[in-house]
Amino acid sequence: MILIKVIYKALFTLSLFLMLSSSAFALTSDEAYAVISNKQSSFDAKLEAFYTLSDSSEKYVPVLIDAAKNSNLYYSRKDSELYVLANGNYFNVKTSKVFSGKKRDLKRVAINNQIRESLALLSEMKTLEDKTLSEDARIESAHNLIGKVSISDASRLQFIRDTSISDFPELAENLDYVIASADLNSQEPKIRNGAMRILANLNSPILIQKFEDIAKNDSDISNRVYAEKIYKNLSSTQSFYSGVETLYFGISLGSVLVLAAIGLTITFGVMGVINMAHGELMMIGAYTVYVMQQALPNNPGLALLLSIPMAFLVSGLTGIIIERTVIRYLYGRPLETLLATFGISLLLQQGVRTIFTALNKNVVIPDFLSGAIKINDFFSITYSRFYIIIFCLAVFFALRHILKHSRLGLEVRAVSQNRAMARNMGVRSERVNALTFGLGSGIAGLAGVALSQLTNVGPNLGQNYIVDSFLVVVFGGSGNIWGTMVAGMTLGIANKVLEPVAGAMLGKILILIGVIIFIQRRPRGLFPQRGRNVED
Amino acid sequence: MVKIKNLFAAMALSTVVATSAMAAEDTIKIGVLHSLSGTMAISETSLKDTLLMLVNEQNKKGGVLGKKIEPVVVDPASNWPLFAEKTRELLQKEKVSAIFGCWTSVSRKSVLPVVEELNGILFYPVQYEGEESSKNVFYTGAAPNQQAIPAVDYLLKQGVKRWALVGTDYVYPRTANKILEAYLKSKGFSDKDIIVSYTPFGHSDWQSIVSDIKKFGSTGVKTAVISTINGDANVPFYKELANQGVSAKDIPVIAFSVGEEELAGIDTKPLVGHLAAWNYFESVDSEVNDEFVDKWHKFIGNESRVTNDPMEATYIGFNMWVKAVEKAGTTDSDAVQDALIGVAVPNLSGGIATMMPNHHITKPVLIGEIQDDGQFLIVDSTKGTVVGDAWSDYLPGSKDLISDWRKPMKCGNYNVKLGKCGGSADKK
Amino acid sequence: MLELLKRDKKGCSVLGVIWFFVLLMILGNTFFEDGNLFYVGANSITLVGKYLCYALLAVSLDLIWGYLGILSLGHAAFFGLGGYVMGMYLMRQIGTRGVYGDPLLPDFMIFLNWDSLPWYWLGVNHFWFAALLIVLVPGILAFIFGYFAFKSRVSGVYLSIITQALTFALALAFYRNEMGFGGNNGLTDFKDILGFSLSSDSTRLTLLFLSALFLTIGYFICRKIVSSRLGKVATAIRDAEMRTRFMGYHVVWFKLAIFTVAAMLAGIAGALYVPQVGIINPSEFNPICSIELVIWVAVGGRASLYGAIVGAILINYAKTLFTGLFPEGWLYALGLIFILVTIFFPKGIIGVLEAIDLKKFQKSQETLTASVENQVVENTTALASSMLEKSKE
Repeated sequence: MILIKVIYKALFTLSLFLMLSSSAFALTSDEAYAVISNKQSSFDAKLEAFYTLSDSSEKYVPVLIDAAKNSNLYYSRKDSELYVLANGNYFNVKTSKVFSGKKRDLKRVAINNQIRESLALLSEMKTLEDKTLSEDARIESAHNLIGKVSISDASRLQFIRDTSISDFPELAENLDYVIASADLNSQEPKIRNGAMRILANLNSPILIQKFEDIAKNDSDISNRVYAEKIYKNLSSTQSFYSGVETLYFGISLGSVLVLAAIGLTITFGVMGVINMAHGELMMIGAYTVYVMQQALPNNPGLALLLSIPMAFLVSGLTGIIIERTVIRYLYGRPLETLLATFGISLLLQQGVRTIFTALNKNVVIPDFLSGAIKINDFFSITYSRFYIIIFCLAVFFALRHILKHSRLGLEVRAVSQNRAMARNMGVRSERVNALTFGLGSGIAGLAGVALSQLTNVGPNLGQNYIVDSFLVVVFGGSGNIWGTMVAGMTLGIANKVLEPVAGAMLGKILILIGVIIFIQRRPRGLFPQRGRNVED
Repeated sequence: MVKIKNLFAAMALSTVVATSAMAAEDTIKIGVLHSLSGTMAISETSLKDTLLMLVNEQNKKGGVLGKKIEPVVVDPASNWPLFAEKTRELLQKEKVSAIFGCWTSVSRKSVLPVVEELNGILFYPVQYEGEESSKNVFYTGAAPNQQAIPAVDYLLKQGVKRWALVGTDYVYPRTANKILEAYLKSKGFSDKDIIVSYTPFGHSDWQSIVSDIKKFGSTGVKTAVISTINGDANVPFYKELANQGVSAKDIPVIAFSVGEEELAGIDTKPLVGHLAAWNYFESVDSEVNDEFVDKWHKFIGNESRVTNDPMEATYIGFNMWVKAVEKAGTTDSDAVQDALIGVAVPNLSGGIATMMPNHHITKPVLIGEIQDDGQFLIVDSTKGTVVGDAWSDYLPGSKDLISDWRKPMKCGNYNVKLGKCGGSADKK
Repeated sequence: MLELLKRDKKGCSVLGVIWFFVLLMILGNTFFEDGNLFYVGANSITLVGKYLCYALLAVSLDLIWGYLGILSLGHAAFFGLGGYVMGMYLMRQIGTRGVYGDPLLPDFMIFLNWDSLPWYWLGVNHFWFAALLIVLVPGILAFIFGYFAFKSRVSGVYLSIITQALTFALALAFYRNEMGFGGNNGLTDFKDILGFSLSSDSTRLTLLFLSALFLTIGYFICRKIVSSRLGKVATAIRDAEMRTRFMGYHVVWFKLAIFTVAAMLAGIAGALYVPQVGIINPSEFNPICSIELVIWVAVGGRASLYGAIVGAILINYAKTLFTGLFPEGWLYALGLIFILVTIFFPKGIIGVLEAIDLKKFQKSQETLTASVENQVVENTTALASSMLEKSKE
């Protein structure tokens, strides 16, 4: 079975290579151009045409292939010419003239995954061969090719390797890996062995499956033993890093939970309002991002950054309105705030449905948030999650600062401690209540901004987080923002540790049961309130 | 005080009694049973709009049997018992001659006993797990053999060797994955080549699962993900795929529940090339489709609203009902049920949909790749249409069952081995 | 008992109105044909039956919220459990009439390839055993959960949140297909109960009658409890738990007894609900259902028992009406009702009705509101001030 797989793979890549070098004889570049611009052409025919073009020396080829790779290549229904979309205009591939006809006569050239993959491989090869490019780019291309080339392709790379060894030793090293990865499929046990010895230094999981195969199925016993050794090394490194990864995932989930819950710590913990509309205030924050991105369609990144203060303001103002119109009548009746705010949450949800429809909205992830920082081949940190952790910490410390060191913070504490006394001392408790609620709501809006990057922006956004948020606050000990921090992180990490073991469903159930049991052990959460007044 | 209360209660209850006595005779009523609030509103609202558009249009053409069609819209509010309750209301109180509705399997299961008891007609427009054939339900969405199996065939052609089956833990993914596992094993794959994982509804943290998929797929063997993730959980899943840089050319994801409408809520640039299997895409190149899309945009008053597969299924179902009523010359439930079998209407991809004796319809299967504009590019399609199979051949409990609602047999679960109606008494 | 009835005029009149309509419906269905003005169809019968089950559920919540001060945000979980037991019984009654015709296994187990019945499904085909489980399962869960919670003195909002966590955990558990309860599709397609077809009007009427009967029984059990010494202690616990404890009462056991009874009543309500609506699915465990339940009681009027009945029936009737009349607007209406009721009518609908009778209004104002509000004010100020102490540290 494995052997068949190897042969199959070898044949497959070989045939690609044959096409690469010889199909030029079958098609002229004009014919290939015609194939690509013809709607009727099969994907196989198009693939061959692209290979033909890539070997030809026509000037327009790099532009064409690049456009095809990025789905920017169009054909005209009228004259079978190819056009490239750039900056909103369509340029003729050959003449660079701007397309002047009706836009609906242009149709995108259909490309499937197979062509996309082949084009990507082609352009990696081109990058390697192009000496004008930076070494880093070429090294990355080499790295991407590990395990993806056939023995015959490798001989072509050997030449690049030999010519670059003196000037670019790192590139040469990476090319060695590429060549060795191809040699693993060699018929000669010796060559396979040599390849393994080179690849032993690579320390990457890309070929782990390959080593496992060799360890089990190689005809040569020493190869099997050697492969087994590499395989064991790699898998222990891999399990170490997946531990690190789980921890990171836990922290990032934890920071989402903390963001969602920390506004609630203010409204629920400090003010004693069971704010069931907290989730909807997050939803408003997320919709703010959507609206901002609609307002600035060409700059989603800037729109996202501007949404941070905007969401704080919009949700904060909504919160103040809620406080002034409803909650102020209900102080001292926490359980009734639950009912009223539940009503508010229904109104807000349905309001959003009326304004924005029930459909989820498309929030663009700006470029600086997509992608990942690659630590090594085993572990990388995704930017969006990384920024959310930073964002969470920033919000946390800003809030802590406000509560501890600002006048508002002082007044908030005074009012919630003893309203009558605070009023006697000249604190305008009404204003403080409104501002406190606004602060908590504004922070919910900030959480919404973060969530818009991770999940659905739709009317149900809030409901999905409300139970978790309350759990975090109660688990941490209400009113204590450090408690919320520790509780959120604990729940996040516990969730991620349990998920691979128990599955996502059971993991979540276990967490809930864990929290229930914990609360029964420590009825006031992780950081309980102390003092005489705690129990009535 | 007591008097006031009595009066209040009396008013309340008497309206229930009084309104049930009213029924207009000059129109033909149809029920529209789609959630307009709650979690399912996101998907179901556009089906309600589609129906209103179709009714509108049919009425312009003169209605059916010379009478105008009157749609009765109710909101079951994504609440399953409410689906049953509203169905009873539609059939008993409003006396509708057919109901178009439901999205989730559980809503259909909730409605089923009521439609059967009151001998109503339900058109169900969503792809589902199969394993059902009711006298009173007409399934215009895909059965697993009209979606899942052709999708896997396509991936097999692409040289995929390892399979990650990821789904929400409910009946459709469970059944679809059972069928797919059996199918893949029949193609020579072993347990080692397949991983399966299930998540709760609305799962929003996909970091670990995507990372597992990445590990499973980055070992030099071509890997694909078959996703039966339900509605809301898709957006965070795809966002996480993009974040972790899993691109379609490395590990393609083929989804059975992600259509144009779901994509409208996602930035699709990082997703180009991921796949979906449906029986209709908005990008289908046919004249009827262009016309339908134009009409939809005009009706909804928004050029950017998309069309999707369940909308096509609704379109087919409605036209089949119109044709069957004309054929039967009456809206009598039994007559229409008989007339429906064999009715053929054009579908939107330029072919013909026929209602088969098992109450499922013929459909082409299309494989599409996600484009950066939120549309699909059709990369593969079955040669002709595929007949929907109520009972899967790949499940041990149902491989001997067939369904035929025509006269002599009139049975939804006929066991061909035992030669009798009523399921497989011996499953061993 | 008679004495009890005499003192509870309002409760009796609410139940009287219910019985009047139930009997009217029974007569209307039996003696008139479809099309007649007085005819009552199956639609209305199951609808009213459903309202009555909700009313019983609401009464059981009012018992613990109104009289014991426990705001459970997971009370519908007990309703769901009772419903599931009944659902299991009804599933087993289907027998070979399922689509696969298996005499033992329900359909969903067949197509998910189960080969034998899980142990917890054994025995539920006997009605007496199922009936026992209907009260025992919710009762035992409430007992265990309550024992630990009350023993470690989890109270107030903390208790509310962990009851919510409990129902959420149950929801997730029942959504899992491996649990063997049909996952998201739940249990449906019931055929008959004790041999009577569920689709016949006479069975429906019987179920309606039983719902009214159990509502009445449940109501009087609760009434009996709150007017007995047990109820007096409960009220004392609600108003000042510490003081009651210092007076030598075993607060835990009092709370536990009432909490368990309330859970059992909720289980019975669930069991009556399932054959009437024809489906039970994990969505009954969603935290949102329990919150809605709390709102019925609040809208009706808390700590009166009959207020819960009025609230449950009126809100659900409004829901039925609105979803039919203005499908897109009913959430607005519902939301507004909750806000307005909590701000302007803190004692709910019955509070408004009572306000018409001024004397009674003033009297009750003094006793009830004062006690409830005092306690709550005390709670929050205590909580808040201690928090401040903490944050100052």
